[in-house]
Amino acid sequence: MGSFGESLTTALNLIGGADPKLAEIVLLSLQVSLLSVLFAALMGLPLGAALAVGRFPGRQVITVVLNGFMGLPSVVVGLLVYLLLSRAGPLGEYGLLFTPGAMVIAQTVLITPLMAALTRQIVEDAWREYREQLRSLGATTPRAALTLLWDARFSLFVAVLAGFGRAASEVGAVMMVGGNIDGVTRVMTTTIALETSKGDLPLALALGLILVALILAVNAAAHVTRQWALRHYG
Amino acid sequence: MNLKRRILLAACAALWLGAFPVQARDKFIVVASTTSTEQSGLFGHILPLFEQKTGIKVRVVALGTGQALDSARRGDADVVFVHDKAAEEKFVAEGFGVKRQDVMYNDFILVGPKDDPARVAGGRDITGALKKIEAANATSGAAAPRAPFVSRGDKSGTHAAELRLWKLAGIDIEKAKGPWYKDTGSGMGPALNTAASTDAYVLADRGTWLSFKNRASLAIVVEGDTRLFNQYGVILVNPAKHPHVKKELGQQFIDWIVSAEGQKAIADYRIGGEQLFFPNATK
Amino acid sequence: MSGANDVFPLVLEAVSFRARDRTIIDRVSLAMDRGVRTVILGPNGAGKSVLMRLMHGLLAPSSGRITWRGRERRPEAQAMVFQRPVVLRTTAHANVAYGLKLAGVPGAERMARAAAALERVGLAHLAGRPAKVFSGGEQQRLALARAWALEPRVLFLDEPTASLDPAAARDVERIIGEIASTGCKIVMTTHNLGQARRLADEVVFLDSGRVTEYTPAGAFFRNPRSVEADAYIKGELL
Repeated sequence: MGSFGESLTTALNLIGGADPKLAEIVLLSLQVSLLSVLFAALMGLPLGAALAVGRFPGRQVITVVLNGFMGLPSVVVGLLVYLLLSRAGPLGEYGLLFTPGAMVIAQTVLITPLMAALTRQIVEDAWREYREQLRSLGATTPRAALTLLWDARFSLFVAVLAGFGRAASEVGAVMMVGGNIDGVTRVMTTTIALETSKGDLPLALALGLILVALILAVNAAAHVTRQWALRHYG
Repeated sequence: MNLKRRILLAACAALWLGAFPVQARDKFIVVASTTSTEQSGLFGHILPLFEQKTGIKVRVVALGTGQALDSARRGDADVVFVHDKAAEEKFVAEGFGVKRQDVMYNDFILVGPKDDPARVAGGRDITGALKKIEAANATSGAAAPRAPFVSRGDKSGTHAAELRLWKLAGIDIEKAKGPWYKDTGSGMGPALNTAASTDAYVLADRGTWLSFKNRASLAIVVEGDTRLFNQYGVILVNPAKHPHVKKELGQQFIDWIVSAEGQKAIADYRIGGEQLFFPNATK
Repeated sequence: MSGANDVFPLVLEAVSFRARDRTIIDRVSLAMDRGVRTVILGPNGAGKSVLMRLMHGLLAPSSGRITWRGRERRPEAQAMVFQRPVVLRTTAHANVAYGLKLAGVPGAERMARAAAALERVGLAHLAGRPAKVFSGGEQQRLALARAWALEPRVLFLDEPTASLDPAAARDVERIIGEIASTGCKIVMTTHNLGQARRLADEVVFLDSGRVTEYTPAGAFFRNPRSVEADAYIKGELL
């Protein structure tokens, strides 16, 4: 318990002192996770909507596979992306391995199934309510999908925040494809792993507390958004 | 909607530009090295000096020795800097490296619990100590091994050294190991963590030990045996195999690290006043 | 917007609809003309809602043909209002404009027609408010505005006042009457016989998927020809 108190003090000192190294790590973590969620949403939202309203062969299979991929182990994704981006691999010529770009790619691969599966569920529920009216108004299926995505925007926003939380907490994939290079690809989670393995537990715990606080803030934002939207938009 | 969309696009552009291309514009090389070397803090000390002199940023990817060499084989690094001479020479012989050069050595130490159940403390004979540890466990029961031993078991340079020493001590560790021998498959730090929490003996590199903060009741029990010396080598990844390798910049790094200036930088690195690495590049 | 003759008569020829081994609509044949306000009556489970959806084109018949002025192509100038109003999570004005956008109406005209439609149903003062927070009556009026703005030739209404309080129901009836008076054909189902009496010009009586009567409203209420219709009217009055 003494070590916990020590860690808390260390954490507060780091934050209060605006330690530049810490700021660099936090900023990179945010950049990587935000970009990943953005790309994952750009791909996952249309895919989820298509699965919700579309009627095409293989739809059931894709849905099941997608739901399964929601729980993809991050180390597996990390390994696959590593093999893809390595110089010896198919995309090696771009020299992306051990760069933040590789981390964004890995996290995007990890989060897209989650975005698509959550979107599918949300849009499917909305479709059930709106289908007849939209058809009556003459909406084509693609048009209806877009309308539903916009209509469900607040629920989707919360889903996107969930994706961000998953990305920000992830360590296996970014460690492997980023290489945890000091000043280049070192993010909060990989720093925590590093400090723990160095035996510097107070510092690791301090960083952990900051990360948890960040995730909590994101969830609070989600909750507040939901409440505000309900009040103003119904 | 148009304004919102424009703001969103601008934010994305800012995110991307803010994160990445600045780094891409620097001159840099990727050096594959080991976790123990990085965790010792050596790179934090010498690399800024190199960058100041040449303007080249060094990106160290810290892996186990086996993985570092493997990365280099795949062409994912420009230079390797590890401590397993046999594996390094094999690497060059296979054609993946240009030339292997000695850079420095550090030493391993045997670390153990203060109450020293195997009675090895203060000695300078590593093989003798290992024999005593094995003997102490041979007589104790499986449930409560008298002298547990933690092994890294991860094909690292440290792990390779440990296995060599068991062999030198005349012990076939594959046969002799029992519940007292904990094969953790982990890096140096985690292995030390495990040893600290289970009061076990462990072979460690001095650098990681000196920066290790979670010692519990562990202390150095055996050091100074010349067989504990750990030789580091540096190799340029062969551009013939991987044309994209930054051979000029990489060679600059190698030239610097074996030069008088680089060697002095290595010698100057201390933890708590103690020198960790001893430069020995041949002229 | 060439003559209202373009799409009528709406003819159903021996139309059946089967789902999950049940025959919901059984060989219904009808010919419906413009201008007349048609009310479909029948007990629960008779298939009234399914019949409406078949006519509107939301469902395809399992057998038989549905033609509009001899053509099988479903005309666009029609709209439907459902028992539970479905509104989008946006302003009332945007809801109406959405329907117009789907119909291909250009921007400025969209805005004008949407505003006018809201005015006609008495929602102009709520045009900029989010539709989801409206009361049931307001949402149903919004649905009517959305339909009306499209200038449909025929408007289908599936029990439009069943979920509303009497005052709101009266408003909706009034609006339906106004829409009818602009020349749009009304096809409606209801359980409210008083409402049927007020609004219907002709009655289609549906029982177990079959049309047992298709007569002018006055004749139907005074003197229903079928036993089922007679029982139904008496039952509803109890």
